[in-house]
Amino acid sequence: MAGWAGNPHRLFLATPAFLHKTLHAIRGWHCCEVRGNRTPMLRFTDVGLRYEGAPLGAPEVLCDLDFTLAQGSFTWLLGPSGAGKSSLLRMMGLALRPSRGEVEVLGLRVGPNASRLARRGAIAAMRRRIATVYQDFRLLPYLSVADNVALPLRLAGRPETSLLPDVAEMLAWVGLDHRHAARPATLSGGEQQRAAIARAVVGRPDVLLADEPTGNLDIGQARRLLALLVEMHRLGTTVVVATHSEELPARFPAAALVLDRGRVRHVPS
Amino acid sequence: MSRADQGRRARDPLGLARALPFGLLPALVGAMALLAALALAGAYAAAGFAEGWRSAASDTATVVLPRGAVVADARAALSDLPGVADAEVADPAALARLLRPWLGDEGGITLPPIIDLRLAGARIPELAAAVATAVPGALLEPHGPWAGQIASLAQAVRVVALSVLTLVAVVAAAVVAVGAGAGLTARRDAVLLLHEWGARDGEIAGRFARRLALLAGVGAAGGVAVATPALLLLGQLAPGAEGAMVLPWLWLGLLPFLAAGLGWAVAQAVLRRWLRRLP
Repeated sequence: MAGWAGNPHRLFLATPAFLHKTLHAIRGWHCCEVRGNRTPMLRFTDVGLRYEGAPLGAPEVLCDLDFTLAQGSFTWLLGPSGAGKSSLLRMMGLALRPSRGEVEVLGLRVGPNASRLARRGAIAAMRRRIATVYQDFRLLPYLSVADNVALPLRLAGRPETSLLPDVAEMLAWVGLDHRHAARPATLSGGEQQRAAIARAVVGRPDVLLADEPTGNLDIGQARRLLALLVEMHRLGTTVVVATHSEELPARFPAAALVLDRGRVRHVPS
Repeated sequence: MSRADQGRRARDPLGLARALPFGLLPALVGAMALLAALALAGAYAAAGFAEGWRSAASDTATVVLPRGAVVADARAALSDLPGVADAEVADPAALARLLRPWLGDEGGITLPPIIDLRLAGARIPELAAAVATAVPGALLEPHGPWAGQIASLAQAVRVVALSVLTLVAVVAAAVVAVGAGAGLTARRDAVLLLHEWGARDGEIAGRFARRLALLAGVGAAGGVAVATPALLLLGQLAPGAEGAMVLPWLWLGLLPFLAAGLGWAVAQAVLRRWLRRLP
Protein backbone atom coordinates (compact mmCIF):
# COMPACT_ATOMS: atom_id res chain seq x y z
CA MET A 1 0.00 0.00 0.00
CA ALA A 2 2.99 2.27 0.38
CA GLY A 3 3.16 2.59 -3.37
CA TRP A 4 -0.20 4.27 -3.46
CA ALA A 5 1.30 7.61 -2.72
CA GLY A 6 2.24 7.98 -6.39
CA ASN A 7 0.25 8.38 -9.56
CA PRO A 8 -3.39 7.35 -8.98
CA HIS A 9 -3.37 5.31 -12.18
CA ARG A 10 -0.67 3.10 -10.70
CA LEU A 11 -2.78 2.50 -7.63
CA PHE A 12 -5.65 1.00 -9.50
CA LEU A 13 -4.64 -2.61 -9.03
CA ALA A 14 -4.47 -2.14 -5.30
CA THR A 15 -8.14 -1.12 -4.99
CA PRO A 16 -10.22 -3.77 -3.20
CA ALA A 17 -11.06 -6.44 -5.69
CA PHE A 18 -14.69 -6.73 -4.67
CA LEU A 19 -15.34 -3.13 -5.70
CA HIS A 20 -14.25 -3.93 -9.21
CA LYS A 21 -15.96 -7.29 -9.38
CA THR A 22 -19.29 -5.98 -8.17
CA LEU A 23 -19.28 -2.83 -10.24
CA HIS A 24 -18.43 -4.82 -13.33
CA ALA A 25 -21.12 -7.36 -12.61
CA ILE A 26 -23.80 -4.81 -11.84
CA ARG A 27 -23.02 -2.16 -14.37
CA GLY A 28 -21.23 -4.14 -17.06
CA TRP A 29 -18.51 -1.50 -17.09
CA HIS A 30 -14.85 -1.89 -17.70
CA CYS A 31 -12.68 0.23 -15.50
CA CYS A 32 -10.85 1.84 -18.37
CA GLU A 33 -14.15 2.85 -19.94
CA VAL A 34 -15.65 4.40 -16.88
CA ARG A 35 -15.62 8.14 -17.09
CA GLY A 36 -18.10 10.86 -16.25
CA ASN A 37 -20.92 11.09 -18.73
CA ARG A 38 -23.34 13.96 -19.10
CA THR A 39 -26.39 12.49 -17.40
CA PRO A 40 -27.26 14.83 -14.48
CA MET A 41 -26.60 13.22 -11.12
CA LEU A 42 -26.94 16.24 -8.84
CA ARG A 43 -28.90 19.27 -9.91
CA PHE A 44 -29.50 22.36 -7.79
CA THR A 45 -32.10 24.80 -9.08
CA ASP A 46 -32.36 28.20 -7.42
CA VAL A 47 -31.60 26.63 -4.05
CA GLY A 48 -31.41 28.58 -0.82
CA LEU A 49 -30.82 27.27 2.69
CA ARG A 50 -31.81 28.84 5.95
CA TYR A 51 -31.35 26.72 9.06
CA GLU A 52 -34.46 25.55 10.86
CA GLY A 53 -35.26 27.87 13.75
CA ALA A 54 -33.40 30.81 12.23
CA PRO A 55 -35.24 34.08 12.83
CA LEU A 56 -37.52 35.33 10.10
CA GLY A 57 -35.61 37.53 7.71
CA ALA A 58 -32.24 36.06 8.69
CA PRO A 59 -29.88 35.76 5.72
CA GLU A 60 -29.62 32.41 3.98
CA VAL A 61 -26.60 30.25 4.73
CA LEU A 62 -26.55 29.20 1.09
CA CYS A 63 -28.31 31.13 -1.64
CA ASP A 64 -28.98 31.12 -5.37
CA LEU A 65 -27.31 27.77 -5.98
CA ASP A 66 -27.83 26.77 -9.58
CA PHE A 67 -25.60 24.04 -10.97
CA THR A 68 -25.57 20.50 -12.28
CA LEU A 69 -22.99 17.78 -11.66
CA ALA A 70 -22.90 14.99 -14.20
CA GLN A 71 -23.05 11.30 -13.38
CA GLY A 72 -19.60 9.89 -12.79
CA SER A 73 -18.02 13.31 -12.42
CA PHE A 74 -15.36 14.32 -9.93
CA THR A 75 -15.84 17.74 -8.38
CA TRP A 76 -13.84 19.66 -5.84
CA LEU A 77 -15.90 21.79 -3.50
CA LEU A 78 -13.62 24.60 -2.49
CA GLY A 79 -13.94 27.58 -0.23
CA PRO A 80 -12.79 28.98 3.08
CA SER A 81 -14.06 27.70 6.42
CA GLY A 82 -17.62 28.84 7.03
CA ALA A 83 -18.39 29.20 3.34
CA GLY A 84 -21.13 26.58 3.58
CA LYS A 85 -19.33 23.56 2.11
CA SER A 86 -20.61 21.13 4.73
CA SER A 87 -24.20 22.36 4.40
CA LEU A 88 -24.02 22.02 0.65
CA LEU A 89 -22.68 18.47 0.97
CA ARG A 90 -25.48 17.63 3.41
CA MET A 91 -28.05 18.86 0.89
CA MET A 92 -26.38 16.74 -1.78
CA GLY A 93 -26.69 13.78 0.58
CA LEU A 94 -30.39 14.54 1.19
CA ALA A 95 -29.64 15.12 4.86
CA LEU A 96 -30.82 18.71 4.64
CA ARG A 97 -33.87 20.02 2.84
CA PRO A 98 -33.50 23.31 0.95
CA SER A 99 -35.47 26.29 2.25
CA ARG A 100 -36.28 27.22 -1.32
CA GLY A 101 -35.64 25.87 -4.76
CA GLU A 102 -35.16 22.24 -5.67
CA VAL A 103 -32.43 19.68 -5.24
CA GLU A 104 -32.42 16.74 -7.63
CA VAL A 105 -30.31 13.73 -6.72
CA LEU A 106 -30.26 10.64 -8.94
CA GLY A 107 -33.56 11.75 -10.42
CA LEU A 108 -35.29 12.31 -7.09
CA ARG A 109 -36.42 15.88 -6.52
CA VAL A 110 -36.54 17.36 -3.03
CA GLY A 111 -38.03 20.73 -2.20
CA PRO A 112 -38.62 22.71 0.97
CA ASN A 113 -41.84 20.98 1.99
CA ALA A 114 -42.02 17.99 4.31
CA SER A 115 -42.38 14.72 2.51
CA ARG A 116 -45.24 12.29 2.79
CA LEU A 117 -44.61 8.84 4.16
CA ALA A 118 -44.31 7.01 0.83
CA ARG A 119 -41.95 9.69 -0.46
CA ARG A 120 -39.88 9.48 2.72
CA GLY A 121 -39.35 5.81 1.89
CA ALA A 122 -38.14 6.76 -1.58
CA ILE A 123 -35.76 9.37 -0.14
CA ALA A 124 -34.42 6.82 2.34
CA ALA A 125 -33.81 4.35 -0.48
CA MET A 126 -31.98 7.07 -2.40
CA ARG A 127 -29.79 7.88 0.61
CA ARG A 128 -28.54 4.29 0.55
CA ARG A 129 -26.93 5.06 -2.80
CA ILE A 130 -25.05 8.01 -1.33
CA ALA A 131 -22.15 7.75 1.10
CA THR A 132 -20.47 10.47 3.07
CA VAL A 133 -17.07 10.76 4.69
CA TYR A 134 -17.65 13.21 7.52
CA GLN A 135 -15.15 15.72 8.78
CA ASP A 136 -15.75 14.46 12.34
CA PHE A 137 -15.94 10.77 11.22
CA ARG A 138 -19.21 10.05 13.04
CA LEU A 139 -18.21 6.49 13.86
CA LEU A 140 -20.60 4.84 16.29
CA PRO A 141 -18.63 4.60 19.54
CA TYR A 142 -20.30 1.46 20.86
CA LEU A 143 -19.60 -0.59 17.73
CA SER A 144 -16.29 -2.10 16.74
CA VAL A 145 -14.45 -0.80 13.70
CA ALA A 146 -15.64 -3.81 11.68
CA ASP A 147 -19.25 -3.25 12.72
CA ASN A 148 -19.00 0.42 11.81
CA VAL A 149 -17.72 -0.50 8.38
CA ALA A 150 -20.43 -3.15 7.99
CA LEU A 151 -23.20 -0.67 8.81
CA PRO A 152 -24.08 0.42 5.24
CA LEU A 153 -24.17 -3.20 4.12
CA ARG A 154 -26.51 -4.11 6.94
CA LEU A 155 -28.72 -1.13 6.14
CA ALA A 156 -28.83 -2.33 2.56
CA GLY A 157 -30.08 -5.68 3.82
CA ARG A 158 -27.04 -7.72 2.84
CA PRO A 159 -27.08 -11.21 4.40
CA GLU A 160 -24.80 -11.44 7.43
CA THR A 161 -22.83 -14.31 5.98
CA SER A 162 -21.74 -12.25 2.98
CA LEU A 163 -20.57 -9.21 4.97
CA LEU A 164 -17.41 -10.55 6.48
CA PRO A 165 -15.23 -10.91 3.35
CA ASP A 166 -16.05 -7.43 2.05
CA VAL A 167 -15.55 -5.80 5.44
CA ALA A 168 -12.30 -7.67 6.02
CA GLU A 169 -10.97 -6.71 2.59
CA MET A 170 -11.95 -3.09 3.09
CA LEU A 171 -10.27 -2.98 6.50
CA ALA A 172 -7.15 -4.54 5.09
CA TRP A 173 -7.17 -2.01 2.31
CA VAL A 174 -7.24 0.95 4.69
CA GLY A 175 -4.71 -0.78 6.92
CA LEU A 176 -7.01 -1.41 9.83
CA ASP A 177 -7.36 -5.18 9.61
CA HIS A 178 -5.48 -5.60 12.88
CA ARG A 179 -7.85 -3.14 14.60
CA HIS A 180 -11.12 -4.69 13.41
CA ALA A 181 -12.36 -5.40 16.93
CA ALA A 182 -11.27 -2.07 18.40
CA ARG A 183 -13.71 0.61 19.47
CA PRO A 184 -13.36 3.97 17.66
CA ALA A 185 -12.37 5.72 20.89
CA THR A 186 -9.18 3.66 21.00
CA LEU A 187 -8.13 4.67 17.47
CA SER A 188 -5.99 7.63 16.50
CA GLY A 189 -7.56 10.45 14.47
CA GLY A 190 -6.01 9.11 11.28
CA GLU A 191 -7.25 5.58 11.99
CA GLN A 192 -10.76 6.87 12.66
CA GLN A 193 -10.63 8.79 9.40
CA ARG A 194 -9.62 5.63 7.55
CA ALA A 195 -12.38 3.64 9.21
CA ALA A 196 -14.87 6.32 8.16
CA ILE A 197 -13.57 6.12 4.60
CA ALA A 198 -13.86 2.33 4.59
CA ARG A 199 -17.44 2.65 5.82
CA ALA A 200 -18.27 5.10 3.05
CA VAL A 201 -16.75 3.04 0.28
CA VAL A 202 -17.73 -0.49 1.29
CA GLY A 203 -21.31 -0.08 0.05
CA ARG A 204 -20.16 0.94 -3.44
CA PRO A 205 -22.22 4.12 -3.51
CA ASP A 206 -23.35 5.92 -6.65
CA VAL A 207 -22.47 9.23 -5.02
CA LEU A 208 -19.54 9.67 -2.66
CA LEU A 209 -19.38 12.90 -0.68
CA ALA A 210 -16.31 13.71 1.37
CA ASP A 211 -16.12 16.60 3.79
CA GLU A 212 -12.53 17.62 4.48
CA PRO A 213 -11.55 13.95 4.32
CA THR A 214 -7.84 14.57 4.72
CA GLY A 215 -8.10 16.81 7.76
CA ASN A 216 -6.70 14.19 10.12
CA LEU A 217 -4.37 12.40 7.77
CA ASP A 218 -0.68 12.85 7.18
CA ILE A 219 0.43 13.67 3.67
CA GLY A 220 1.00 10.05 2.72
CA GLN A 221 -2.40 8.94 3.95
CA ALA A 222 -4.01 11.96 2.29
CA ARG A 223 -2.53 10.97 -1.04
CA ARG A 224 -3.72 7.40 -0.61
CA LEU A 225 -7.18 8.69 0.13
CA LEU A 226 -7.08 10.85 -2.96
CA ALA A 227 -6.09 7.78 -4.92
CA LEU A 228 -9.13 5.98 -3.59
CA LEU A 229 -11.44 8.84 -4.44
CA VAL A 230 -10.03 9.02 -7.94
CA GLU A 231 -10.43 5.28 -8.28
CA MET A 232 -14.04 5.44 -7.17
CA HIS A 233 -14.56 8.14 -9.77
CA ARG A 234 -12.94 5.96 -12.43
CA LEU A 235 -15.31 3.16 -11.48
CA GLY A 236 -18.27 5.43 -12.19
CA THR A 237 -19.05 6.89 -8.81
CA THR A 238 -19.92 10.58 -8.73
CA VAL A 239 -17.47 12.10 -6.26
CA VAL A 240 -17.65 15.47 -4.55
CA VAL A 241 -14.82 16.39 -2.18
CA ALA A 242 -14.97 19.45 0.01
CA THR A 243 -11.60 20.73 1.05
CA HIS A 244 -9.74 23.90 1.83
CA SER A 245 -6.49 22.16 0.97
CA GLU A 246 -4.74 23.50 -2.12
CA GLU A 247 -2.42 20.53 -2.39
CA LEU A 248 -5.08 17.92 -3.20
CA PRO A 249 -6.79 19.75 -6.09
CA ALA A 250 -3.34 20.48 -7.46
CA ARG A 251 -2.55 16.75 -7.49
CA PHE A 252 -5.79 15.89 -9.26
CA PRO A 253 -7.07 18.78 -11.31
CA ALA A 254 -10.81 18.48 -11.80
CA ALA A 255 -13.92 20.63 -11.99
CA ALA A 256 -14.43 22.78 -8.92
CA LEU A 257 -17.36 24.48 -7.24
CA VAL A 258 -16.01 27.46 -5.36
CA LEU A 259 -18.16 28.63 -2.50
CA ASP A 260 -17.82 31.99 -0.88
CA ARG A 261 -20.14 33.26 1.82
CA GLY A 262 -22.94 30.94 0.77
CA ARG A 263 -22.74 31.60 -2.95
CA VAL A 264 -21.15 29.60 -5.72
CA ARG A 265 -18.48 31.75 -7.35
CA HIS A 266 -17.47 29.27 -9.97
CA VAL A 267 -19.50 26.52 -11.60
CA PRO A 268 -17.84 23.62 -13.39
CA SER A 269 -18.50 23.66 -17.09
CA MET B 1 -15.93 -10.42 14.50
CA SER B 2 -17.31 -13.80 15.57
CA ARG B 3 -20.58 -15.07 14.17
CA ALA B 4 -22.34 -14.53 17.51
CA ASP B 5 -20.99 -10.99 17.64
CA GLN B 6 -22.10 -10.45 14.08
CA GLY B 7 -25.63 -11.53 14.87
CA ARG B 8 -25.81 -9.37 17.97
CA ARG B 9 -24.57 -6.28 16.14
CA ALA B 10 -26.92 -6.90 13.25
CA ARG B 11 -29.81 -7.06 15.64
CA ASP B 12 -28.70 -3.99 17.56
CA PRO B 13 -26.76 -1.51 15.41
CA LEU B 14 -28.12 1.32 17.55
CA GLY B 15 -26.65 -0.20 20.70
CA LEU B 16 -30.04 -0.08 22.40
CA ALA B 17 -29.20 -2.93 24.75
CA ARG B 18 -26.83 -0.52 26.48
CA ALA B 19 -28.81 2.67 25.93
CA LEU B 20 -31.98 1.09 27.32
CA PRO B 21 -30.79 -1.50 29.86
CA PHE B 22 -32.86 -3.71 32.13
CA GLY B 23 -33.24 -1.47 35.15
CA LEU B 24 -35.55 1.33 36.06
CA LEU B 25 -38.00 1.07 33.19
CA PRO B 26 -38.89 -2.62 33.67
CA ALA B 27 -39.11 -2.02 37.42
CA LEU B 28 -41.57 0.85 36.95
CA VAL B 29 -43.61 -1.07 34.39
CA GLY B 30 -43.50 -4.05 36.78
CA ALA B 31 -44.94 -1.91 39.57
CA MET B 32 -47.66 -0.72 37.19
CA ALA B 33 -48.37 -4.30 36.19
CA LEU B 34 -48.65 -5.30 39.85
CA LEU B 35 -51.21 -2.56 40.43
CA ALA B 36 -52.97 -3.54 37.22
CA ALA B 37 -53.11 -7.17 38.34
CA LEU B 38 -54.62 -6.14 41.69
CA ALA B 39 -57.11 -3.82 40.01
CA LEU B 40 -57.99 -6.47 37.47
CA ALA B 41 -58.54 -9.09 40.16
CA GLY B 42 -60.55 -6.55 42.18
CA ALA B 43 -62.75 -5.73 39.23
CA TYR B 44 -63.20 -9.39 38.45
CA ALA B 45 -64.00 -10.31 42.05
CA ALA B 46 -66.37 -7.36 42.47
CA ALA B 47 -68.23 -8.43 39.36
CA GLY B 48 -68.40 -11.99 40.70
CA PHE B 49 -69.62 -10.86 44.13
CA ALA B 50 -72.20 -8.52 42.62
CA GLU B 51 -73.56 -11.21 40.38
CA GLY B 52 -73.53 -13.83 43.14
CA TRP B 53 -75.31 -11.62 45.65
CA ARG B 54 -77.82 -10.39 43.10
CA SER B 55 -78.85 -13.87 42.00
CA ALA B 56 -78.80 -15.28 45.56
CA ALA B 57 -80.81 -12.44 47.07
CA SER B 58 -83.35 -12.14 44.32
CA ASP B 59 -84.25 -15.83 44.77
CA THR B 60 -84.88 -15.80 48.52
CA ALA B 61 -87.23 -14.21 51.03
CA THR B 62 -88.09 -14.66 54.70
CA VAL B 63 -91.58 -14.95 56.19
CA VAL B 64 -92.04 -14.00 59.86
CA LEU B 65 -95.07 -15.86 61.24
CA PRO B 66 -97.44 -14.22 63.72
CA ARG B 67 -97.77 -15.42 67.30
CA GLY B 68 -99.83 -18.55 67.59
CA ALA B 69 -99.46 -19.59 63.94
CA VAL B 70 -99.13 -23.31 63.33
CA VAL B 71 -95.74 -23.56 61.71
CA ALA B 72 -96.37 -26.79 59.80
CA ASP B 73 -99.64 -25.51 58.32
CA ALA B 74 -98.09 -22.18 57.43
CA ARG B 75 -95.13 -23.93 55.75
CA ALA B 76 -97.51 -26.11 53.73
CA ALA B 77 -99.59 -23.09 52.70
CA LEU B 78 -96.53 -21.10 51.68
CA SER B 79 -95.10 -24.05 49.71
CA ASP B 80 -98.19 -24.11 47.56
CA LEU B 81 -97.99 -20.45 46.58
CA PRO B 82 -97.19 -19.68 42.95
CA GLY B 83 -93.55 -18.62 42.49
CA VAL B 84 -92.35 -20.43 45.60
CA ALA B 85 -90.01 -23.33 44.84
CA ASP B 86 -89.42 -24.37 48.42
CA ALA B 87 -90.31 -23.28 51.97
CA GLU B 88 -88.18 -24.31 54.91
CA VAL B 89 -88.65 -23.63 58.61
CA ALA B 90 -85.65 -21.92 60.14
CA ASP B 91 -84.23 -23.90 63.04
CA PRO B 92 -85.13 -21.97 66.27
CA ALA B 93 -81.98 -23.22 67.96
CA ALA B 94 -79.89 -21.96 65.11
CA LEU B 95 -81.66 -18.59 65.24
CA ALA B 96 -81.05 -18.36 68.99
CA ARG B 97 -77.41 -19.14 68.42
CA LEU B 98 -77.15 -16.36 65.84
CA LEU B 99 -78.79 -13.84 68.15
CA ARG B 100 -76.93 -14.83 71.33
CA PRO B 101 -74.11 -12.29 70.84
CA TRP B 102 -76.69 -9.49 70.89
CA LEU B 103 -79.38 -10.85 73.21
CA GLY B 104 -77.32 -12.93 75.62
CA ASP B 105 -78.40 -16.22 77.21
CA GLU B 106 -81.46 -14.84 78.87
CA GLY B 107 -84.53 -16.58 77.56
CA GLY B 108 -86.91 -13.69 78.16
CA ILE B 109 -87.49 -12.95 74.51
CA THR B 110 -89.57 -15.29 72.41
CA LEU B 111 -88.44 -15.38 68.82
CA PRO B 112 -91.14 -15.58 66.15
CA PRO B 113 -91.08 -18.64 63.89
CA ILE B 114 -89.42 -17.93 60.58
CA ILE B 115 -89.79 -19.68 57.24
CA ASP B 116 -87.20 -19.23 54.47
CA LEU B 117 -88.63 -19.22 50.96
CA ARG B 118 -86.73 -20.15 47.84
CA LEU B 119 -88.41 -18.33 44.98
CA ALA B 120 -88.83 -19.28 41.37
CA GLY B 121 -89.71 -16.20 39.38
CA ALA B 122 -92.12 -14.74 41.94
CA ARG B 123 -92.85 -11.00 41.87
CA ILE B 124 -92.58 -9.54 45.36
CA PRO B 125 -95.81 -7.43 45.49
CA GLU B 126 -97.96 -10.35 44.30
CA LEU B 127 -96.15 -12.75 46.63
CA ALA B 128 -96.64 -10.43 49.63
CA ALA B 129 -100.39 -10.34 48.95
CA ALA B 130 -100.51 -14.12 48.54
CA VAL B 131 -98.57 -14.66 51.79
CA ALA B 132 -100.93 -12.31 53.66
CA THR B 133 -103.89 -14.30 52.35
CA ALA B 134 -102.41 -17.73 53.03
CA VAL B 135 -101.08 -16.93 56.49
CA PRO B 136 -102.87 -13.90 57.95
CA GLY B 137 -100.54 -11.70 59.98
CA ALA B 138 -97.39 -13.10 58.37
CA LEU B 139 -94.73 -10.64 57.25
CA LEU B 140 -92.76 -11.11 54.02
CA GLU B 141 -89.14 -9.84 54.08
CA PRO B 142 -87.66 -10.00 50.55
CA HIS B 143 -83.81 -10.03 50.46
CA GLY B 144 -83.60 -8.29 47.10
CA PRO B 145 -83.45 -4.62 48.23
CA TRP B 146 -80.46 -4.89 50.60
CA ALA B 147 -78.64 -7.34 48.39
CA GLY B 148 -79.25 -4.97 45.50
CA GLN B 149 -77.57 -2.18 47.44
CA ILE B 150 -74.55 -4.36 48.16
CA ALA B 151 -74.48 -5.39 44.51
CA SER B 152 -74.52 -1.70 43.54
CA LEU B 153 -71.60 -1.14 45.87
CA ALA B 154 -69.76 -4.04 44.30
CA GLN B 155 -70.50 -2.61 40.88
CA ALA B 156 -69.07 0.75 41.99
CA VAL B 157 -65.96 -1.04 43.25
CA ARG B 158 -65.66 -2.65 39.82
CA VAL B 159 -65.91 0.69 38.05
CA VAL B 160 -63.25 2.15 40.37
CA ALA B 161 -61.01 -0.86 39.72
CA LEU B 162 -61.37 -0.47 35.96
CA SER B 163 -60.63 3.26 36.30
CA VAL B 164 -57.48 2.39 38.25
CA LEU B 165 -56.59 -0.05 35.50
CA THR B 166 -56.95 2.67 32.88
CA LEU B 167 -54.89 5.08 34.97
CA VAL B 168 -52.19 2.46 35.42
CA ALA B 169 -52.10 1.90 31.64
CA VAL B 170 -51.75 5.65 31.05
CA VAL B 171 -48.92 5.92 33.60
CA ALA B 172 -47.19 2.88 32.10
CA ALA B 173 -47.47 4.48 28.66
CA ALA B 174 -45.96 7.68 30.05
CA VAL B 175 -43.10 5.69 31.60
CA VAL B 176 -42.38 4.02 28.26
CA ALA B 177 -42.59 7.39 26.46
CA VAL B 178 -40.02 8.83 28.87
CA GLY B 179 -37.86 5.73 28.32
CA ALA B 180 -38.11 6.14 24.55
CA GLY B 181 -37.13 9.79 24.90
CA ALA B 182 -34.14 8.86 27.06
CA GLY B 183 -33.06 6.21 24.56
CA LEU B 184 -33.41 8.71 21.75
CA THR B 185 -31.29 11.23 23.64
CA ALA B 186 -28.64 8.60 24.30
CA ARG B 187 -28.54 7.46 20.69
CA ARG B 188 -29.41 10.71 18.91
CA ASP B 189 -26.17 10.79 16.90
CA ALA B 190 -26.55 7.18 15.87
CA VAL B 191 -30.17 7.69 14.85
CA LEU B 192 -29.22 10.74 12.78
CA LEU B 193 -26.39 8.82 11.16
CA LEU B 194 -28.58 5.84 10.30
CA HIS B 195 -31.24 8.20 8.97
CA GLU B 196 -28.67 9.92 6.75
CA TRP B 197 -27.41 6.55 5.52
CA GLY B 198 -30.86 5.53 4.38
CA ALA B 199 -32.51 3.76 7.29
CA ARG B 200 -36.27 4.14 6.99
CA ASP B 201 -38.29 5.71 9.81
CA GLY B 202 -39.99 2.36 10.35
CA GLU B 203 -36.66 0.55 10.71
CA ILE B 204 -35.33 2.94 13.34
CA ALA B 205 -38.65 3.19 15.19
CA GLY B 206 -39.00 -0.59 14.98
CA ARG B 207 -35.66 -1.17 16.72
CA PHE B 208 -36.62 1.11 19.59
CA ALA B 209 -40.12 -0.38 19.71
CA ARG B 210 -38.85 -3.95 19.93
CA ARG B 211 -36.43 -3.05 22.72
CA LEU B 212 -39.05 -1.16 24.73
CA ALA B 213 -41.63 -3.88 24.14
CA LEU B 214 -39.16 -6.38 25.58
CA LEU B 215 -38.44 -4.20 28.63
CA ALA B 216 -42.14 -3.52 29.24
CA GLY B 217 -43.11 -7.16 28.73
CA VAL B 218 -40.43 -8.51 31.06
CA GLY B 219 -41.23 -5.84 33.66
CA ALA B 220 -44.93 -6.65 33.50
CA ALA B 221 -44.23 -10.38 33.79
CA GLY B 222 -42.28 -9.65 36.96
CA GLY B 223 -45.13 -7.54 38.33
CA VAL B 224 -47.68 -10.27 37.64
CA ALA B 225 -45.38 -12.86 39.20
CA VAL B 226 -45.24 -10.81 42.40
CA ALA B 227 -48.98 -10.11 42.39
CA THR B 228 -50.13 -13.69 41.86
CA PRO B 229 -49.30 -15.13 45.32
CA ALA B 230 -50.93 -12.12 46.98
CA LEU B 231 -54.05 -12.59 44.90
CA LEU B 232 -54.17 -16.32 45.67
CA LEU B 233 -53.96 -15.50 49.39
CA LEU B 234 -56.74 -12.92 49.11
CA GLY B 235 -58.86 -15.43 47.24
CA GLN B 236 -58.50 -17.89 50.09
CA LEU B 237 -59.33 -15.23 52.67
CA ALA B 238 -62.50 -14.04 50.89
CA PRO B 239 -65.31 -14.96 53.39
CA GLY B 240 -68.07 -17.22 52.15
CA ALA B 241 -67.41 -16.36 48.57
CA GLU B 242 -66.87 -19.77 47.07
CA GLY B 243 -66.73 -19.31 43.35
CA ALA B 244 -66.85 -15.53 43.53
CA MET B 245 -63.14 -14.85 44.00
CA VAL B 246 -62.02 -16.55 40.83
CA LEU B 247 -58.79 -15.01 39.58
CA PRO B 248 -58.77 -13.74 35.99
CA TRP B 249 -55.98 -16.08 34.95
CA LEU B 250 -56.39 -15.35 31.24
CA TRP B 251 -56.06 -11.61 31.74
CA LEU B 252 -53.19 -12.02 34.19
CA GLY B 253 -51.43 -14.17 31.62
CA LEU B 254 -52.10 -11.62 28.90
CA LEU B 255 -50.89 -8.66 30.98
CA PRO B 256 -47.17 -8.96 30.01
CA PHE B 257 -48.12 -9.21 26.35
CA LEU B 258 -50.45 -6.23 26.65
CA ALA B 259 -47.66 -4.26 28.36
CA ALA B 260 -45.27 -5.27 25.58
CA GLY B 261 -47.81 -4.16 22.99
CA LEU B 262 -48.27 -0.87 24.81
CA GLY B 263 -44.49 -0.36 24.95
CA TRP B 264 -44.17 -1.14 21.26
CA ALA B 265 -46.98 1.24 20.26
CA VAL B 266 -45.80 4.11 22.47
CA ALA B 267 -42.20 3.76 21.27
CA GLN B 268 -43.34 3.73 17.65
CA ALA B 269 -45.40 6.88 18.23
CA VAL B 270 -42.57 8.74 20.01
CA LEU B 271 -39.89 7.76 17.49
CA ARG B 272 -41.94 8.32 14.36
CA ARG B 273 -43.05 11.73 15.59
CA TRP B 274 -39.41 12.67 16.18
CA LEU B 275 -38.20 11.20 12.91
CA ARG B 276 -40.86 13.03 10.91
CA ARG B 277 -39.08 16.28 11.78
CA LEU B 278 -36.00 15.10 9.92
CA PRO B 279 -35.72 15.81 6.17
